[in-house]
Amino acid sequence: MKMDTNNQRESEPTPDVVANYTSTKKVWRWLFISSAAFLIAWVLFPIYLLVVSALSSADVVNGWPKSFIPEFDLETMTFFMNYYGVLAALKNSLVAAAFTMIISIGLGTPAGYALARFDFWGKEAFRMIILLTRAFPMPLLALPLAVIFIQVGLDDTLFGLSLVHASLALPFAVLITASLFLGIPVELEEAAWVLGCNRWQAFYKVVMPLALPGLTASAVFAFVISWNEVFAAAVLTINNQTLTAFLVQSLSASPAEVKFAGGLILILPALLFLYVVRKYLFSMWGISNR
Amino acid sequence: MSKKAYPYVLIMPSVLFLLAFFVYPFLQVFAQAFTHSEGGLTIAHFETIFYDFNFLPSLKNTLLLALVVVPAQLCLAIGMALMISKMEKGRDTVLYVWTIPLGISDLAAGIIWLGLLDQNGFINSFLFHVGIIDEAQSWLNYQNPWAIFAAIVFAEIWRATAILLVILVSGIGLIPKEYYEAAEIFGANAWVRLWKVTLPLLRPSLQTALILRTLLAFEVFAVVMILGGSNMPVLMGEAYNWAFSYRDAGAAAAYAVVILVLSLLFTLFYLRVLRVPKEAQI
Repeated sequence: MKMDTNNQRESEPTPDVVANYTSTKKVWRWLFISSAAFLIAWVLFPIYLLVVSALSSADVVNGWPKSFIPEFDLETMTFFMNYYGVLAALKNSLVAAAFTMIISIGLGTPAGYALARFDFWGKEAFRMIILLTRAFPMPLLALPLAVIFIQVGLDDTLFGLSLVHASLALPFAVLITASLFLGIPVELEEAAWVLGCNRWQAFYKVVMPLALPGLTASAVFAFVISWNEVFAAAVLTINNQTLTAFLVQSLSASPAEVKFAGGLILILPALLFLYVVRKYLFSMWGISNR
Repeated sequence: MSKKAYPYVLIMPSVLFLLAFFVYPFLQVFAQAFTHSEGGLTIAHFETIFYDFNFLPSLKNTLLLALVVVPAQLCLAIGMALMISKMEKGRDTVLYVWTIPLGISDLAAGIIWLGLLDQNGFINSFLFHVGIIDEAQSWLNYQNPWAIFAAIVFAEIWRATAILLVILVSGIGLIPKEYYEAAEIFGANAWVRLWKVTLPLLRPSLQTALILRTLLAFEVFAVVMILGGSNMPVLMGEAYNWAFSYRDAGAAAAYAVVILVLSLLFTLFYLRVLRVPKEAQI
């Protein structure tokens, strides 16, 4: 390796070498673009095929061989919506996700603000606990909580489930809001204090409007965490199943239409979610990984 | 209220919440795993699961899946992150598309790949259209454990590489450009720069990414349920079965303890292997 570089540097660049260099550069460029394109297709094509399945008639969904072009037939989707238990499960998923959103943002925002604006004893310990929860198989905690919930009467309730989902989403809410508030200059708040606002008014009138897009993003993230979660939902809900719990528990029994239409409904928020949060994608996994 | 109390008032709700729904159930898992239903210490729940015929296969499958999936994802994610860092035009669009699976649950990913790999699926249809097979073949059955394994590996790589990508892209963004310029002046080519500059300085991000991803790999559940069913037991699926189908909270808790201990061991392993000395941090 070393020899090579030395040789290259010592020899005069002949036209031949230059031509060679540009052509290798071209090859690299071509390789680069085609592998990027391949990876884009690798992500998108399976999703496209799910859409094809979900938008086909029942005959096509259960038939063979499959066409790779969607029919735009709503039979499968209507079959899914009319399938026993689906609408209730869909509603339950939405309710649990909404609860999760409210709890994690309601509790996480003040904590994020504290991390961003104050230096206090125990700050690092608090941050450590928050980071620790991420390195932890949280859905497992649904197992003991299932027993505890029976004792306190929260078993098989969406509120109980959303408490578990909120414990998944809260650490992210704290990290996202902390980085959000760090990005808003403290001078703006100080100006508001000087003009006669108290701390709460300054937060409400000055910081809040600036932080709103980011808060929305972290709320959407909490929503998606709850919407996607399978294990805790399957363990904790019996009659009030969420969509994920419903699909997992009726997998072997349910027809192909239900699976594919259900799959499409499940991924729709994901596409929307990434569009809303793309600006905050990095702060949410805590770039502060040191 | 004194000013000193503000931050404590602000973090109090989260702290109480995490105590109630993280710390307490965490201790409770161990309590349930090690106590009788009438009280008193016991290892009976562990005996129950160790002597169950599904325990060793599920442990083997979970570890093997993590061992195959995580390194493959790491290489792929490093490659993708490097490509993102080289991109000028279309960087945001490509990043958006590549991170779409981030919002897709493992259940949905399982369904998507079932649609591809099923007997009536798209891959069979494609092979038929091209003329390689004459009739629908069933791949995902108990006779082909390796086909099931491969299907889960593909689905997992498809779904969960994005989280590694996000962490690595942000990590690469933290490396000062001057380091590359210096390396270039000293004659390091792209390959040498990757191994001597990028990867060593990326160590903190690699650590975070690997810990997060490996622990998530131990939690693999819905994908396996869909693609493998009972032909492919995994730890999380067994925990679910004991809790839900057999109604044995103690045995389920014992499974949870097994998963927790595995997670802890691997976290410590990564913390040790990818340790960054204080003075070497940027």
